Amino acid sequence: MNPMPSALHSDSLHFDLVTLSPLILLAAAAVVVMLAAAFYRHPRPVMILTLAGLVLSFAALFLPHGIAGIASPQVTALLVLDHYALFFIGLIVAATFVVAVLCYRYFGGDESRHEALYILLLLAALGGGVIVASSHFASLLLGLELLSISLFALIAYPRFTERPLEAGIKYLILAGFSSGLLLFGMALVYAQLGTMQFVKIGTMLAAPDRALELYGLAGLALIVTGVGFKLALVPFHMWTPDVYEGAPAPITAFIATVSKGAMLALLLRYFLMAGAHQSQPITLALSLVAVTTILVGNLLALLQDNIKRILAYSSIAQLGYLLVGFLAFDPLAIEAVAYFLTAYFVTMLGAFGVVTVLSGGFNNGSEGESHRVTERDSDRLADYAGLFWHRPWLAGVFTAMLLSLAGIPLTMGFIGKFYILTAGVEASLWIPVIALVVGSTIGLFYYLRIIAVMCAPSSQAITEPTMRPVASPSLGESVTLAALTLLLIWLGVFPAQLIDVLEGTVVDLT
Amino acid sequence: MILTALIFILAAGGLLSWMADRWHPGAAKWVALATAGIELVLTIWLWLQSASAMALPAHGGWLAETRAEWIPRFGVSFHLAMDGISLILVVLTAFLGIVSVACSWTEIQTRAGFFYFNLLWTLAGAIGVFLALDLFLFFFFWELMLVPMYFLIAIWGHENRLYASIKFFIFAQGSGLFMLVAIIVLVFVHYRSTGVLTFDYFELLNTAMSPSTELWIMLGFFIAFAVKAPIVPFHTWLPDAHTEAPTAGSVILAGVLLKTGTYGLLRFVVPLFPEAAGYFAPVAMALGATGVVYGAVLAFAQTDFKRLVAYTSVSHLGFAVLGIFAWNPWSLGGAVMQMIAHGISTGALFVIAGILQERTHTRDMRRFEGLWSVMPRLAAMGLFFAIAALGLPGMGNFVGEFLVLMGLYRASSVLASVAAVAFVASVVYALALVQKTFHGENTHGWQLHDLSPREMATLCSMAAITLWLGLYPQPVLNAAPNTANSPPAIAVTRHEVNVE
Repeated sequence: MNPMPSALHSDSLHFDLVTLSPLILLAAAAVVVMLAAAFYRHPRPVMILTLAGLVLSFAALFLPHGIAGIASPQVTALLVLDHYALFFIGLIVAATFVVAVLCYRYFGGDESRHEALYILLLLAALGGGVIVASSHFASLLLGLELLSISLFALIAYPRFTERPLEAGIKYLILAGFSSGLLLFGMALVYAQLGTMQFVKIGTMLAAPDRALELYGLAGLALIVTGVGFKLALVPFHMWTPDVYEGAPAPITAFIATVSKGAMLALLLRYFLMAGAHQSQPITLALSLVAVTTILVGNLLALLQDNIKRILAYSSIAQLGYLLVGFLAFDPLAIEAVAYFLTAYFVTMLGAFGVVTVLSGGFNNGSEGESHRVTERDSDRLADYAGLFWHRPWLAGVFTAMLLSLAGIPLTMGFIGKFYILTAGVEASLWIPVIALVVGSTIGLFYYLRIIAVMCAPSSQAITEPTMRPVASPSLGESVTLAALTLLLIWLGVFPAQLIDVLEGTVVDLT
Repeated sequence: MILTALIFILAAGGLLSWMADRWHPGAAKWVALATAGIELVLTIWLWLQSASAMALPAHGGWLAETRAEWIPRFGVSFHLAMDGISLILVVLTAFLGIVSVACSWTEIQTRAGFFYFNLLWTLAGAIGVFLALDLFLFFFFWELMLVPMYFLIAIWGHENRLYASIKFFIFAQGSGLFMLVAIIVLVFVHYRSTGVLTFDYFELLNTAMSPSTELWIMLGFFIAFAVKAPIVPFHTWLPDAHTEAPTAGSVILAGVLLKTGTYGLLRFVVPLFPEAAGYFAPVAMALGATGVVYGAVLAFAQTDFKRLVAYTSVSHLGFAVLGIFAWNPWSLGGAVMQMIAHGISTGALFVIAGILQERTHTRDMRRFEGLWSVMPRLAAMGLFFAIAALGLPGMGNFVGEFLVLMGLYRASSVLASVAAVAFVASVVYALALVQKTFHGENTHGWQLHDLSPREMATLCSMAAITLWLGLYPQPVLNAAPNTANSPPAIAVTRHEVNVE
């Protein structure tokens, strides 16, 4: 926030561009991919360009580190690319990379025309990146809309099939509604304080005898509600299972990770920078939300028979766990949230990756009309019966992901849960901590149920006729899933390296 | 170094036997046997090495130690150490490892590679539990051994395996999470008073805390160990899991996993929270005594061979809990003795149940009757281990129960007399087991072949150990009080509290 001396003005512009380069490269990649698709309409080069753009953008994350001494991470009042933002941009870009790989075969591979998908993915990733880097309401809204609009196009991408379309419309209504709430909340906060910059809000409120009045408080509550819809916290979770079930599996993975992760990172930044955690009623409400989210998410997951719905409720519960760490509002909480979120990204991508690999996906007819190979994704519990015996590697990956969600050692999920519990205990948040313990005990039941189904002996005679055409994973998919699993176990056993990185991200925010 | 090797040999052996099965079906069991054999040889070598060291009281009781940085952010280190009590439990684990491989030799026909992988990983986790002296590492192993055990029950178990395996996992994991919270609270209490963030056992000993905090944290630990031990209101997972598990699973569950619970009480609950354990002891001992009697009575009511044996575990482990909370040299020696002897004798009874089930495809004792005439060797072995379980002098269990009662009498004569009643009940169930299964006329017309040399060797070695424990218990007792007395202050406070 220190204004640069005017002599350095052109230099500072230069540095700003370097600082912004991860986001600029994402935007440029979207444009290049669009042009490429316009001139040479073939999915393979388009996908390769997309992946290249993502890799470049990821590499650019390390640029600002090199000149950290000179350049300020703050670029205009709108964006701040501190270590915290860079970490989450990295996470988002990596997740988008995985999703892009998963999309290729699922959406028909070489024979189909799904190039637009990659443009949308890049735009959505850009939106997520802007959200985590925003330090101003305007940039927040910009990023949010970029993400949401790309997302509902992505969800309804197979537009001639019923379920994705339904899910897309549901998400559209929800996104509009929550953006509205968010906007109104911002307006109310602005009405009291007269600024839209997080830091200024924070300093104004930090002044003695200055607190949020009714306007500002209502505004903050609306902001939390709007974000709560995006994060699918109970009681704003109704849309999640339907959208998760209806959306194409790789896109579900994207919603579960990038969209939620970006919003949570933003919420944490807002709370810490704008001092929202000093407002007692809001933190009280949030802890209530955390407890109900954990319990409701886990209990409702027990009733499901559809893998995507189980994972949807499981992701609701996981966000509840995250809130427990979140509520501690100290450096440890940031670390805990960042670690847990990383674990959650890896796990959810892996889990939905398996669902994607098992699903037939979509194919493009000659007239450009996409239709399903099978009428739905392989998402019923019965589709997984005996998976351990006929697809051992895939079942092994899925088991590892489920055990990570359940927080069993050797996986990142365990360290994540440990981190969250540590943050919660340190801040003496007893009720949310107990809710976490009870919730994850309930959660075991449905994770084990899936695992039990997978190791049930599949009586070939019964399943053979009803067995769907078995999709064989492409090389890219296999490599991605293997890499995710190795990462899950490696960082679960040796978390110290990631923790070192996280400790660096905390510095900027506190 | 050797301690790390003890864990990694099993883990590597598990992976190797899984892969061996893919290359050459039938190779898995040989790899598993070799792994368990190497493990046993190593542990016995360690024991012989340290036998002289243990005799010296000045040694402090620690025979070997390894420490390495793991997660410096939280002060978590990879800290393994072995004292007498860990040593004999590790020996027990390695021995039962061989027994469980031997008793699965013909029983496990499908997916043998994955079976032995899970078996060896369960053992690796258990050995990790017995050796870990960093609370985070301890919890890591504590949870780690559950997953392969879950697979053992869920894949190779009997009729009701899914229910039993999920129940087992949820009980163990849920209670474990309470322990995790308690561990973290303990660490932060320590952090606030000293400014050092550490999960190390030695540093956390003698943490200053208020009595109510201490009690709450202790309860968090206690619930996890009480579920695993099991202590009575938390035992309901045990009959299901033991009954439905494959033979090797039952042997490991009874012989090793239950011991992790009592070991936890001995290693963590009492030394870390001496005061709280002091005023909680009457409750814990009352629960233990209830378990002793309740387990014995329920055992008598069973018709399922394995279920009966499972309930006797509740009864026998009740003695161990009594011995631990009475906390004097006699009772502690008795508790450790009881843990070892129960591991062997109950393991053997499960092996016998497994042999019967493999041959007759039933565990229902109403359908047996008169097996003595058909399978005299098996029946003799059955009789031997049944009377070992009822605590006949000359067998290991007698030494354990006798010492516990002797120590317990000093702490509470009422509870000692209640627990002594169980001797009568145990005679009833043990003889009923023999009576129903082996005696009488062979009315069902069973035509079964008797024990094979492999089975005979397994059971005979277990019988020999039971006799050795009963006739010359000194080596085990040498190891036990050594640990128990190492923080003598605890014993003192315990008695003061108890006198009040």
